[in-house]
Amino acid sequence: MITREPDFFPPSRNVLGQVGRSVVLSFRETGRAMLLLFAAVAAMRYAFTKRTRHEILVQMFVFGIKSLGVISVVAIFTGMILALQTGLALREFNQEVNIGTAVMVSMLREMGPFMTGLILAACVGSAIAAQLGTMVVSDEVAALEIMSIDPVRYLVMPRLVAMLLVTPMLAFYMCIMGVIGGGIVGMTQLGVSWDAYIDNAIRFAEVKDLFVGMFKAFLFGGIITIVACHEGFATTDGAVGVGYATRKAVIVAFLFILIAGYFVTRLFYV
Amino acid sequence: MTKISDNILKFENVTKVFGSKAILDGMNFEVRRGETFVIVGPSGTGKSVTLKHMVRLLTPDDGNVYVNDRCINEVTGGELAELREYFGYLFQGGALLAWLTVGENIALPLREKTNFAEDEIQKRVAKVLAMVEMSGDYDKRPSDISGGMCKRAGLARAIITEPDIVLYDEPTSGLDPVTARTIDALIERLRVGLGVTSVVVTHDLHSALSIGTRIAMIHSGKVLELATPEEFIRSKNSEVQKFLKSQYITQRGSWERDQI
Repeated sequence: MITREPDFFPPSRNVLGQVGRSVVLSFRETGRAMLLLFAAVAAMRYAFTKRTRHEILVQMFVFGIKSLGVISVVAIFTGMILALQTGLALREFNQEVNIGTAVMVSMLREMGPFMTGLILAACVGSAIAAQLGTMVVSDEVAALEIMSIDPVRYLVMPRLVAMLLVTPMLAFYMCIMGVIGGGIVGMTQLGVSWDAYIDNAIRFAEVKDLFVGMFKAFLFGGIITIVACHEGFATTDGAVGVGYATRKAVIVAFLFILIAGYFVTRLFYV
Repeated sequence: MTKISDNILKFENVTKVFGSKAILDGMNFEVRRGETFVIVGPSGTGKSVTLKHMVRLLTPDDGNVYVNDRCINEVTGGELAELREYFGYLFQGGALLAWLTVGENIALPLREKTNFAEDEIQKRVAKVLAMVEMSGDYDKRPSDISGGMCKRAGLARAIITEPDIVLYDEPTSGLDPVTARTIDALIERLRVGLGVTSVVVTHDLHSALSIGTRIAMIHSGKVLELATPEEFIRSKNSEVQKFLKSQYITQRGSWERDQI
């Protein structure tokens, strides 16, 4: 059951009690989020029905196309900053031609998936949490349950599938835009020709970097969706609760993206 | 084959505690098949909580809730879904999905839970929309219609699957008197015409006395009075009399059943 009974706790007598309760509750919520993930994965067998396919495409449009603008701007300027900083350092050794490698590898391995993840957590994760939270406080989720329509299959699974597909695509797009941004700085500020920049960028980047970066983005897409859906479903206390759930969804997603990013890097590169 | 019980719903010593407050305190009552059972009482006495126990949106801390002689708080998964198919539920605000039109909202349970052809679904949607007097509103979004219309659309969605029991949470609150009486008439029509069992939670005693076959007044987590409308307005219980007088209803009665 997604609809929850309200929690009531006696007031804690001391700080230790409060800390202990927070720890226990965070384990409980993590467990619930994992159960939500398993239920959503199990519901993926319904992903190919006509209605769900349509819903997934709608969500992909909302998550992907509508995020393109902000991702483009962030990507270009991220690439430009990377190129400028590394270019200025490399100029000391007359090696500014190598900014192509620096920008390409940084974008593929870390900045592309990370920045995409953080942008989507802020834009899409907050929107999912707010939408589901509003549905919970206005009894729409309870109405689905009473109609025996599984909210996980109807609401979570299409969003999860859409995000798992869209996030790597957006991360790849971000890498391309970042490399273009770096090239613009290379040409205009550092005197590196476009051909030399691109040649350098492609020569030293590995296919592994691309795959690991896209795997990270895939993982981040899952984290953002499950965290946002979980926080949305856990909403209580009306409009105030929706705001709280939205804020928490973004913060928790940010944290998990950073933590997961580190472990994936460690797994593939150490 | 499912056994047909005379009592379609039964509360047996149901207790529910929120924090330190017992909202339901050993509640007992039965709802008979085909009746309109009205639950009245002051705010915060657990009327909506009672309703939510019937479909297991809440689970009792103690006691049992039976639907067709099956204890709903002991079933899970498919069995729970099966029991919930007996019910239609009208929430206070209608609980329509904001991104669907009124018609799509009403068609939702049929599209998701049945194999009806689109023609059949449209026919049924048109029929229930006519019943709630919203025939021209199929393509409107919930945000484009009034609260009362949302409630009527929610009612249409609740009855489109032709459930055995319809639960109404404050069906007439916030509605103008004319629309409120339309809803009352519809509830009565469902009972008389289709034999639908209704459980209505309301503050509106005029409505309760008009549509109820039996009325239960809840107070302090218990059923304080359970009687027919005629017996209810003549109750000697001081809390019942206080509640009646608060809505200008005297023992001589200011209501007429055939008003609707």
